[in-house]
Amino acid sequence: MPIQILMPALSPTMTEGKLARWLKGEGDQIKSGDIIAEIETDKATMEMEAVDEGTLGKILVAGGTDGVAVNTPIALLLSDGEGRDALAGAMEGPVSKSAPVSAKAPQTSAQPAPAPAAAPAAAPGEKVYAKTIRQTVREALRDAMAEEMRRDSDIFLMGEEVAQYQGAYKVSQGLLDEFGAKRVIDTPITEMGFAGLGTGAAYGGLKPIVEFMTFNFAMQAIDQIINSAAKTLYMGGGQLAVPIVFRGPNGAASRVGAQHSQCYASWYAHCPGLKVVAPYSAADAKGLLKAAIRDPNPVVVLENELLYGQSFDVPDDPNFVVPIGKAKIERAGTAVTITAFSRMVHVALEAAAVLAKEGIEAEVINLRTIRPLDTDTIVDSVKKTNRIVTLEEGWPFAGIGAEIAAMVQERAFDWLDAPVTRVTGKDVPMPYAANLERLALPQIDEVVAAVKAVCYA
Amino acid sequence: MAVATFEIGFTRFLDRSGEVVQPLPAFASEAKALIPLYRSMTRLRMFDAKAVALQRTGRLGTYAAALGEEAVTIGLASAMAADDVLVPAFRDQGAQLWRGVGLVDILAYWGGDERGSVAGPSEDFPVCVPIGTHFPHAVGVALAIKLRRQSRAVVCIGGDGATSKGDVYEAMNMAGLWQLPVVFVVSNNQWAISVPRQRQTAAATLAQKAIAAGIPGEQVDGNDVIAVRHAVDEALAAARAGRGPRLIEAVTYRLGDHTTSDDATRYRDDATVSTHWAEEPLVRLRRYLTAQGVWTKEDEEAMQVALAAEIEKAVADYLALPPPAPQDMFDHLFAVLPADLKAQRDTLAEEEALHA
Repeated sequence: MPIQILMPALSPTMTEGKLARWLKGEGDQIKSGDIIAEIETDKATMEMEAVDEGTLGKILVAGGTDGVAVNTPIALLLSDGEGRDALAGAMEGPVSKSAPVSAKAPQTSAQPAPAPAAAPAAAPGEKVYAKTIRQTVREALRDAMAEEMRRDSDIFLMGEEVAQYQGAYKVSQGLLDEFGAKRVIDTPITEMGFAGLGTGAAYGGLKPIVEFMTFNFAMQAIDQIINSAAKTLYMGGGQLAVPIVFRGPNGAASRVGAQHSQCYASWYAHCPGLKVVAPYSAADAKGLLKAAIRDPNPVVVLENELLYGQSFDVPDDPNFVVPIGKAKIERAGTAVTITAFSRMVHVALEAAAVLAKEGIEAEVINLRTIRPLDTDTIVDSVKKTNRIVTLEEGWPFAGIGAEIAAMVQERAFDWLDAPVTRVTGKDVPMPYAANLERLALPQIDEVVAAVKAVCYA
Repeated sequence: MAVATFEIGFTRFLDRSGEVVQPLPAFASEAKALIPLYRSMTRLRMFDAKAVALQRTGRLGTYAAALGEEAVTIGLASAMAADDVLVPAFRDQGAQLWRGVGLVDILAYWGGDERGSVAGPSEDFPVCVPIGTHFPHAVGVALAIKLRRQSRAVVCIGGDGATSKGDVYEAMNMAGLWQLPVVFVVSNNQWAISVPRQRQTAAATLAQKAIAAGIPGEQVDGNDVIAVRHAVDEALAAARAGRGPRLIEAVTYRLGDHTTSDDATRYRDDATVSTHWAEEPLVRLRRYLTAQGVWTKEDEEAMQVALAAEIEKAVADYLALPPPAPQDMFDHLFAVLPADLKAQRDTLAEEEALHA
């Protein structure tokens, strides 16, 4: 039985790639460890090694093919003694599958990537844009920066790998070419240093965008973010404005372990002087990042690596911004309010779809801004539904759900028909093991169960 | 085979007895021109003494006197142009005073009133109390200056203790990498609170820490205001001309406590400290000015009387300052106060009006 060689996942978040070229041809003998092809991802070109031995029987995906999904069969390998006639039925029925790369390619396991969402309707009171374009979150963030940088020459981007490499996650693609090395600056590995430098540059009148490769690395710089950026306007009697954006991926990616999978929303939202936003869709990402860049205060923009490659409709209008401090009702409902932000909006929407089949119409609020929190939208919804479930990827203790619970009982206690209920990440460091990682993250069925509990259903 | 070597120079013009040990730089060629430096150092010392006395009587918060380090803070400020940017630490009231901050403002700030920060050149940074976290800020404003192609520079001050911090090294590394117009002045007063210089680092000098970042580093006699001023002059000229950053280690001695919260007699003996009194910066400059015939006993007495009166008036004005209004607590938290905080501020103002 020929062995299927599959398109490998060369990074935890890779969903597709380009099969750049074959280094072996049909009929070639292949030994374990031979380099058989080159694969290009959005981040790099990598060599693909064979695991099994045999003869390359048939190439199923030609060299130069773009957009090959991970796990697609790309070739058939004949074992010793197998003739080419064995290829005939190889694509039908059960076949033995080979892990094609010698590095253990972690399969995306925590959560299926969110399905492309429907065109987001505007939140109440927001402008409706007639024309939209389809974009990934990654492209939307890039466009937000590019548009603002064209508008205002005081804006510059700095961080690790943002210039020559086009961003560790390719968010800054094309910016170096357009704006040059003075405005798109590769830094040494020096988070505390460049977060502080950016803060000082903001004191000096520039408008820096500081990219952290991930917010996990921003812990090296949190003193600068909180003690300097967030407090200097206040401590200096209003003299030195600090118009700075700290942005980068936040929260769990997938299979990157405890030190690289955590949500910082409640850390930053805790601190007076900072604004904190957490976009979900590409439209959120573009509109909120533009608002953050224009804001005269320090703004923390918590992106999500797993959303970068997801596509959404984005208003095609240079004046499109999402106001900071405005939540969005992603799905109207009457039975229960679910609040979520960032990637958990997807989980909330999926849960709402499950619940709808059982006759429970949930209202899903995409918080978009964590601080200042749009408390009015939450309270108005609770007054209608009389029940609320908060959803977040972060830890429960002193989390965003805890804050919402306190706020709702202060402002809507008499409207509540059930205790405020939180669905959160488990109160443990993120496990590395795939099965435990999945258990540690909020899942759709947990949200469904929480909603049923508050609905006494 | 050596692949890299370095040398740290040491510069002094006036020795402890006020003798000139090498030809003076141009700005000091006329002895009279040094009188403003002497006057400012004396003013700082008298003001510091008054501030400590105010703290001891419960009328000022924690205060860090610059006793013994006057030549560093006055010397560096005197080298700066008006449009250069000062990035001070917490013992740099001397530099702030030189640059136009009022005595009342200094007292207000250390008395716990943020309004004291709203004074002096508007682009100077507020006092940085956390150790060394302002070094990256200085590099950031230097980047802003470079990107705007301006011909000015930044002076950032820290102590010997700060040079053990990672952010200080990260700042120097970036400043060296991008050749930014910033001058780092390390006021090496030999003590990080109770930890003496030799127990802070195995490095022979603090100036050589700059070498690792590709920045020239040098030592000057930090008790010789001419040496400090001269080194900072030259470093600023280089920085403004696009020749990158420098680090100047001014070797001095903290003759007093770390701050008013400290009692240095618990960890160092008076005998050691008294030997350093022989090195202090005011006496040597006065001896020089006197020897040059531009300063008399009468000048000294008149100056002291005038400074004492100025300081007394500042103290009276400071003590008469009305406290901030409660709702001022919210001021300047954001450029525009978000709704939830504005509601709190308004409630407070209403209650205030009710009880008025």
